[in-house]
Amino acid sequence: MALRGALRIVEHDAMVYRRTWRGGIVTTILGPFLFLASMGLGLGGYVDRGGSAAVLGGVSYLAFLAPGLLAAQAMQTAAFESTYPILGRIQWDKTYLAALATPIGVDDLVWGELGWIAVRLTFACGIFLIVMAGFGAVHSPLAVLDLPVAVLTGLAFAAPIVAFSATQRRDSGFNAIFRFGVTPLFLFSGTFFPVDRLPEPLQPVAWITPLYHGVDLARALSLGRVDPLPAGVHLVVLVAFAAGGVALARAAFRRRLRV
Amino acid sequence: MPAAADPVPTGPPPTVPSGAPTGVPAVLATVPEPLIRARGLTKRFGRFTAVDAVDFDVAPGEAFGFLGPNGAGKTSTMRMIGCVSPVTAGSLSVFGMDPHTDGGRIRARLGVVPQADTLDMELTVRENLLIYGRYFDLPRREALRRAAELLQFVQLAERADDEVEPLSGGMKRRLTIARSLINEPELLLLDEPTTGLDPQARHLLWDRLYRLKQRGVTLVLTTHYMDEAEQLCDRLVVMDKARIVAEGSPRELIERHSSREVTELRFAPGVQESLGGRLDGLADRVEWLPDRVLLYAADGEAAARAAHGRGIRAESVLVRRSTLEDVFLRLTGRSLVE
Repeated sequence: MALRGALRIVEHDAMVYRRTWRGGIVTTILGPFLFLASMGLGLGGYVDRGGSAAVLGGVSYLAFLAPGLLAAQAMQTAAFESTYPILGRIQWDKTYLAALATPIGVDDLVWGELGWIAVRLTFACGIFLIVMAGFGAVHSPLAVLDLPVAVLTGLAFAAPIVAFSATQRRDSGFNAIFRFGVTPLFLFSGTFFPVDRLPEPLQPVAWITPLYHGVDLARALSLGRVDPLPAGVHLVVLVAFAAGGVALARAAFRRRLRV
Repeated sequence: MPAAADPVPTGPPPTVPSGAPTGVPAVLATVPEPLIRARGLTKRFGRFTAVDAVDFDVAPGEAFGFLGPNGAGKTSTMRMIGCVSPVTAGSLSVFGMDPHTDGGRIRARLGVVPQADTLDMELTVRENLLIYGRYFDLPRREALRRAAELLQFVQLAERADDEVEPLSGGMKRRLTIARSLINEPELLLLDEPTTGLDPQARHLLWDRLYRLKQRGVTLVLTTHYMDEAEQLCDRLVVMDKARIVAEGSPRELIERHSSREVTELRFAPGVQESLGGRLDGLADRVEWLPDRVLLYAADGEAAARAAHGRGIRAESVLVRRSTLEDVFLRLTGRSLVE
């Protein structure tokens, strides 16, 4: 039943999405365009003229920025999908209780929701990657691997945030996640400038967040400059966050729903 | 506890471990295996005991009720039967299986109507049934076929493609019942199925439940409405403060614990308090409620006349038959709905 149950939850979420996708599709496609045009080309034009080559490793700002934005977008999409929809189903509509009256089990809910988030990430990041290639911001065929890396980066956030959402009774806690988590990480995890430009005491903070590892790995792949050791570390950190998050989410769901 | 010298079959005594198919005494071999068997069933939340060592059996095809006020432990018992809430102590078997190890297989054969609506507001009426069918692993086509049939059954066919939110309370309840039937369950668990509904909606629901019972579906329901229990239940247990205080058919319970008739006397403000002992001996039993006095007697008219003969002038006098409400009052000293 294990996989089948989780797939039923994915099916549920797809059924919901079928009714609501029109609202989000424009942002999903237009977002990458606007960001890459304004920041990559517009701002990048100034950056490239200012002698940034040494800092950015000899590539254009657009090529430097795009993979970072890809990973950052994965984080944002994941954060949204793991907060309000989860709380709604657990607290407001209580539809998880309805599902648990069927052969569906608590673990099916956790794996199913994360499975659906992975589907959404694949879709959103795939579009981003295509737009990125259209802008000429991809320097290596290895950039294809940016898709799984971006999805994994998203899941490294989604799993622990799903666990957090399952402990909440109101949505007020989500403000903290976005204000003190998602937004600072978006700005300071190496997306817009290398982490070694951060004040020295802050650099280790960046290293322990998953986004830095996702950004750096995605960038290495799209520029075709993969160094096995750091790449391996990045992967291990991302997988560790995702796996730890899954363990927390399973425990949180069980505590909340199996009383 | 009342004396247990009644002829109601209650299965083997509690000392016999449940769910043991081997070694069943020969005298019990002809009794059909109960669909649900609970022995010493207990649920605790921290230091609070919600269900305190209750014993009961539910036979296939019967409508079995848990009657009691809010907080009596009815919902906790239902959630344990539904295999969504772990048993703290005692034993429970459903379809001869253990909820702890076979939860998924038991739930596959159950229908559940929870106390609060848990309908999916993100989906349409029909999609609510479709996805539920999918949770039970029905093929899409079959789930859609059953959904259409069930929407007819609960008179919601014309709302099939509407959203759930604008539906009335009664419609939502009916949709919840339709959803609980998508897997053609052998056993339907209904937790307060008509609480909060207007009389018309309740009667429609009762009619649908009665039809299901006719088809052989076993019904287990909780309620704090004595009329609901009397209408629907072949047999029920009265629960109070986490324990079962009586068991039997509605009629048996009334015969055993109450008189045939009841005379209700209502007085002008202040009069009831001044009556003192003037009602003593008028009936088998006299019950003083804040707003009225109940005289329990075989002949209610005679009791009313006797009160009048003593010069007691009530503002209104009502003679009626005893109900489960009176049984509950007798057993616990309190009303069902407070």
